[in-house]
Amino acid sequence: MWRIGTVVDLRDETATARTITLQVPDWPGHLAGQHVDVRLTAADGYSAARSYSIASAPNTEGRVEITVEGLPNGEVSPYLTQQVASGDRLELRGPLGGWFVWRTEQTEPIQLIAGGSGIVPLMAMIRSRAASGSSAPFRLLYSVREPGAVFYRDELRKRSENEHSPTLTYAYTRITPKDWPRPPGRIGASLVAEAAWPSQLVPTCYVCGPTPFVESAAGFLSACGNGQDKIRTERFGPTGGRK
Amino acid sequence: MGTISRGFSGRRTAADAKLPPGQYLTNDFPVLSAGPTPHVALDKWEFTIDDGTNVIKRWNWKAFRDLPAETITVDIHCVTRWSKLGTVWEGVSLDTLFADVKTDAEFALARSYGDYTTNLPLQDLMDKQAWIAFRFDDDDLAPEHGGPARLLVPHLYLWKSAKWVRGITLMHEDHPGFWETLGYNNYGDPWREQRYQGD
Repeated sequence: MWRIGTVVDLRDETATARTITLQVPDWPGHLAGQHVDVRLTAADGYSAARSYSIASAPNTEGRVEITVEGLPNGEVSPYLTQQVASGDRLELRGPLGGWFVWRTEQTEPIQLIAGGSGIVPLMAMIRSRAASGSSAPFRLLYSVREPGAVFYRDELRKRSENEHSPTLTYAYTRITPKDWPRPPGRIGASLVAEAAWPSQLVPTCYVCGPTPFVESAAGFLSACGNGQDKIRTERFGPTGGRK
Repeated sequence: MGTISRGFSGRRTAADAKLPPGQYLTNDFPVLSAGPTPHVALDKWEFTIDDGTNVIKRWNWKAFRDLPAETITVDIHCVTRWSKLGTVWEGVSLDTLFADVKTDAEFALARSYGDYTTNLPLQDLMDKQAWIAFRFDDDDLAPEHGGPARLLVPHLYLWKSAKWVRGITLMHEDHPGFWETLGYNNYGDPWREQRYQGD
């Protein structure tokens, strides 16, 4: 069943990514980590749909936020990041997915690892934790290309300072801020071992990002002793190397 | 017709005619997995067929690879909306694996290393409709795509083609698998767009 959402707010996160807030009158509610399908329809009836993670915490006001990274050759994402205007109506279906979710009744330590726009469903978890008054301890390891590519920067900083959760570790793959202690590079086993909860605390781990990133991050978590059943993953995009 | 998206024209291709509804064409090979990729050593690998109580058939890697294999060229469709046309695989037909299995079970549960499961009617695995694939695009099947071997049931959405498959359990009653208990459709026919429960 497709629902109609009205665009009520637009906010640029980076030069290429935008958060779209939709008001959906008959929204049945969602869990942090779930996604929606968004469908665009041309005047002649041709339509195209893609899946986007929900960024907003569960709420009873029918408010659904998605943050979309515009892909250079995308069919749907450039429309969402460049053309959509306040007051436009978009079709969406969901919420979808019941595995990559954090529920407010979970009290165990939570390890979040994001690669690039993989932060979006993890942000919904961070917001859900705050909105529900949960005291579950969260850690976030967030890998981005460069400082300008960080989503939700100020909000993450404030939450980490005021709510003491999540504990925030950035990893920069191409360009670091000035005087950053680590050289730029992909996350490695030692950084994951250092930044993540010790496996003895039996954290539930959520890893989201491009496929090669998730493959390696989930591998490092396993190598640190986290059980396979404690690592939940969401991948997007092609596999690296060969097709 | 849905709500018109002001100013949206979309990108149509000649291949659209070959795509199930709501799918788009990709030349990449995206990955959808619920957890870490299991890495299964070939000397530990086995594939079994059981009836829920007893193992009926069992192959180790060598015995499995000694079975006659086929080259399969098929279109594949993921519930996350990408489709890939003309993919080339090598695998053993389920008809070969079930050649001397006598059963009146109507349902099957594919089981994987890493504890993934997915359910299908047994008849969807028979009659040249399903394979255990171990090569893709002229190369050994990569772990992130389900290697060393995965189920390939191309006429259903790709989550039914269980990666890292280790066996099939025959069942008299249908039992939903992993995604089927998490809101996805029990059968998953892309041409009828059976993505989610209730489709």
